[in-house]
Amino acid sequence: MSDKPRKFKGGVHPQDSKALSASKPIQDAPLLDSYKVIMHQNIGAPPELVVKKGDAVKKGDLLAKAGGFVSVPLHAPTSGTIKAIDKCPGPTGMAVPSIEITADGEDEWGTIFEPLVEWENTDPSELKQRVWDAGIVGMGGAGFPSHVKLSPPEGKTIDTLILNGAECEPYLTADHRIMLEQAEDVVLGAAIIARILGLKTAVIGVEDNKPDAIAKLQEVAEKYNVKVQALPVNYPQGAEKQLIYAITGREVPVGKLPMDVHCVVQNVASAVAIAEAVVKGRPSIDRITTVTGKPVVNPGNWRFRLGTSIEKALELAGGVNVQPAKLLLGGPMMGIAQSSLGVTVMKNTSGILLIASDEVSLYTSEPCIRCGRCVEVCPMGILPATISQAVENKRFDWAEELNVMACIECGSCSYVCPSHRPLNQHFKRGKIEIQAQLRKKK
Amino acid sequence: MSEIETPPIQMPDPSRLVVSNSPHIRDTQSIHKIMFTVVLAMLPACLAGIWFFGFAALKVLVLCTVSCVVIEESWNKLMKRASSWKDGSAILSGILLGMNLNAGVPWWVCILGALLAIILGKQLFGGLGYNPFNPVLVARVGLLIGLPEIMTTWNTPQAGKMVVDTVTAATPLSLEPGVTSLGNLLSGNVGGCLGETSAIALLLGGAVLMAFKLIKWQVPLAFIGTVFLITGGAHLISPETTHSPLFHVLSGGLLLGAFFMATDMVTSPMTKRGAWIFGLGCGIMTSAIRLWGSYPEGVSFSILFMNALTPLIDRGSISKPFGYVAPLKEETK
Repeated sequence: MSDKPRKFKGGVHPQDSKALSASKPIQDAPLLDSYKVIMHQNIGAPPELVVKKGDAVKKGDLLAKAGGFVSVPLHAPTSGTIKAIDKCPGPTGMAVPSIEITADGEDEWGTIFEPLVEWENTDPSELKQRVWDAGIVGMGGAGFPSHVKLSPPEGKTIDTLILNGAECEPYLTADHRIMLEQAEDVVLGAAIIARILGLKTAVIGVEDNKPDAIAKLQEVAEKYNVKVQALPVNYPQGAEKQLIYAITGREVPVGKLPMDVHCVVQNVASAVAIAEAVVKGRPSIDRITTVTGKPVVNPGNWRFRLGTSIEKALELAGGVNVQPAKLLLGGPMMGIAQSSLGVTVMKNTSGILLIASDEVSLYTSEPCIRCGRCVEVCPMGILPATISQAVENKRFDWAEELNVMACIECGSCSYVCPSHRPLNQHFKRGKIEIQAQLRKKK
Repeated sequence: MSEIETPPIQMPDPSRLVVSNSPHIRDTQSIHKIMFTVVLAMLPACLAGIWFFGFAALKVLVLCTVSCVVIEESWNKLMKRASSWKDGSAILSGILLGMNLNAGVPWWVCILGALLAIILGKQLFGGLGYNPFNPVLVARVGLLIGLPEIMTTWNTPQAGKMVVDTVTAATPLSLEPGVTSLGNLLSGNVGGCLGETSAIALLLGGAVLMAFKLIKWQVPLAFIGTVFLITGGAHLISPETTHSPLFHVLSGGLLLGAFFMATDMVTSPMTKRGAWIFGLGCGIMTSAIRLWGSYPEGVSFSILFMNALTPLIDRGSISKPFGYVAPLKEETK
């Protein structure tokens, strides 16, 4: 492994705007009166409810159990009673099943998992079971169950573990603060995951616009034989495939997974969650989220319990100075626009971002002038302009031939398009249509 | 102890939040900006043209630009389409058309050229972004074929005199080798279209385009390089009857064509690999016409020819996506 990371082809350099919240230490959000925990917080099968209305629960008690292998259990963010099992606004705009808990104010832990302080001598399969039991998912945004990534099927060997601390999305600083303030937990998490995978080392990839975090990690990394790799700032550096390429030089084949090139990638926040689950016996019931944006009075980073509404989170940040144009969950490049303040913090909520009206415009899409800027920035090396026209003309077969399925939806092409074409939207549509056709064939 | 009154916290009004697909931020580039930066890059060559050919040149440039804008807007009205002149493409076409004409052309040639460029070259195909051929070259070649005499009569440069009347001269390309000095070619003190004579002004404009990344540098490099190599080879074989390669590069419409017309985004390939092929093809065609063809100049024809091949080049130069490589070896077994 060379010291110099490889540069992936393409990428864009949006203004990072991280200074709004980068220097704000993580604060624990105060206990609220009630939480609406969204049931389905992971990619894969939804969990199965194990509580009913009126039940008393303690903090960390099981609310729902895993509904299959690609599924994780859900735990209570505080002690109290189950007030209702109904629906609340979800991040995609549709109402989703949720569990409402009225807090009793005691915030008392129930029976937690047995702390595995001697994790270095614990059987890897027991550690992996713990990751699953604690309900840990990819906290970078995808929400993919972590234990699944740690279970390579027969025949797939893993030789590299990468922790993703790139945080290449503008505005977001949650991972930055985690690496700075909980560097030891990050490294400990890396060591535990490495043990589960039977590896001796791990690499933490961090964009070099966070020199303080890199320095802090390096101080503690040696203890567990973990390497810290500074990466050049280039969006989407934190995309799994680009990160693997930068660190190992391996290209994940189109349609394949990191494990196909012998890599496992975990987000740094997930690593901390894994460390806490193992050595403290603590399930995944909260997460560190950046609340930021120019309209926000007091941007910062908070540890929110699952089920905290955006409204409550924003109140902690002092509300807004002006009416924002957009409210996003996640960063400005890949985040999902919201229309309700009732959506609640989930395991993969990396940021609550408000965009001012002078940062965005309502664009009308103009014809493609074939300038090729999208081709230049596409990190997957496909032809966004051509594919977008194929989708526009409902030529999904052509779009497929042009490798639309390789698109990682990073949005770099839309970001640079001088005609303001909704390229990313076309690809999402194209992919959905192609998948639907595939299902029909089956 | 008096209680400190905290002002109420202002919250966003959800009903006024915009919901749309990601990404939510964009950089500041737009069609409008691109077009006007290109216009800016063309200014040095236009000014050089006005310096050498006087008010006649200014008249042609203004007439072409106004005609293009008026024709584009009239077409939009006729076809009940939204106004589009503000995107700058008609203005750009107008100025470029003027640069491709001799300063002494009659006024109606400018209007005819604008009609050919905007209607035949662009709008009949669906407007900006859909035209297969460079509209200005459609006009130039159309006029050349229809009005060969007018289109091959050149004004004698009269530097700084701001003349209104014109005296005719020949293009250096059709003169015997050695008659025109390279110094005059560099400054533009030779006969020719009003925007193509000053090599220095065109190179300056080309540098602006490359600095703003508005053209793929592969196109002019491959285009000019190929012409240099082929005409250089011919010059080595028969130095008496052919111009030197440097002369070929600096004379005629090569620099104007290579920097401002072959690089037209709409009608040239999108990929870098395609840009190399496109430039190479233009260079071969231009050299062949200049050395062996019956026209003294071949830049316009060569670019139009390669425009026609652009969809093919694009299709043939699709690169493999990231991750297309075969998986690690033990898995392929």
